[in-house]
Amino acid sequence: MGAPENMLAEHLDPALLNQWFDQRFEAKMAEREAAHVPSLSIIATKGTMDWAYPPFILASTAGALGWDVSVFFTFYGLELLKKDLHLEISPLGNPSMPMKMPFGPQWLKDINWKVPNVVMAGIPGFEKMATGLMEQTVKNKGVASIDELRSACLEADAKLFACQMTVDLFGYSQDEFIPEIAGWIGAASFLPQAQKSDVCLFI
Amino acid sequence: MSTNATHSLDTRGMNCPLPILRTKKALSGLGAGETLAVTATDPGSLKDMQAFCKQTGNELISSSANQGEFEFLIRKA
Repeated sequence: MGAPENMLAEHLDPALLNQWFDQRFEAKMAEREAAHVPSLSIIATKGTMDWAYPPFILASTAGALGWDVSVFFTFYGLELLKKDLHLEISPLGNPSMPMKMPFGPQWLKDINWKVPNVVMAGIPGFEKMATGLMEQTVKNKGVASIDELRSACLEADAKLFACQMTVDLFGYSQDEFIPEIAGWIGAASFLPQAQKSDVCLFI
Repeated sequence: MSTNATHSLDTRGMNCPLPILRTKKALSGLGAGETLAVTATDPGSLKDMQAFCKQTGNELISSSANQGEFEFLIRKA
């Protein structure tokens, strides 16, 4: 008895109090939202040229939008952090990959060469050739190179983390990788920051 | 349109997300209130530039499409 709640109840109209709270709550939430910097966490696990695009495009774009960006490179994804990028593409077992010539007359460019897996697998250097053709297509279409997108990520202060376990597993040495790596960490270090991200993607 | 902008940027021939990345870079060198005229051929840039400006707080004064070319005028916040 005589507690502050009772005094409030005696002197204040609960309906008015509720109205005041709702307005105040709304205003505070709007304030919070306006001050919130969105964040993106990506786990990049693939090391081929085609799979290198999604993490770097999303990370560099989020960086340009002013987001906080972290990317955790693990397993084959670690290949994307090498100083010398030699990313290849494999049409083998990849039936959705269009196989088109990046040069020649239009009728030739329009042909989608459906090469059977067994033939691809039997031709030495087939993946090298496919990689060369893809690089040419990328250039022709004004799409950024992986190197360029990676630089854009670093310029935008995206934090690129390397998985220490993979380095040990595959027998890599740290000096094979770009010096801008934000940390050599494990799952236990990446997860807590991914937990706080607004967007979290596994690629 | 580009005649009354203080700076200009040509991203013609570039594809997503390069026009946005280059725009961001160009804007970072500008002072508040200065304007940037961007030209692009990437059809996605029409929507991307709107989203970019909305998210970054810069003002998209105008955007126009003309025979596969897009022009944007942006004022830096």
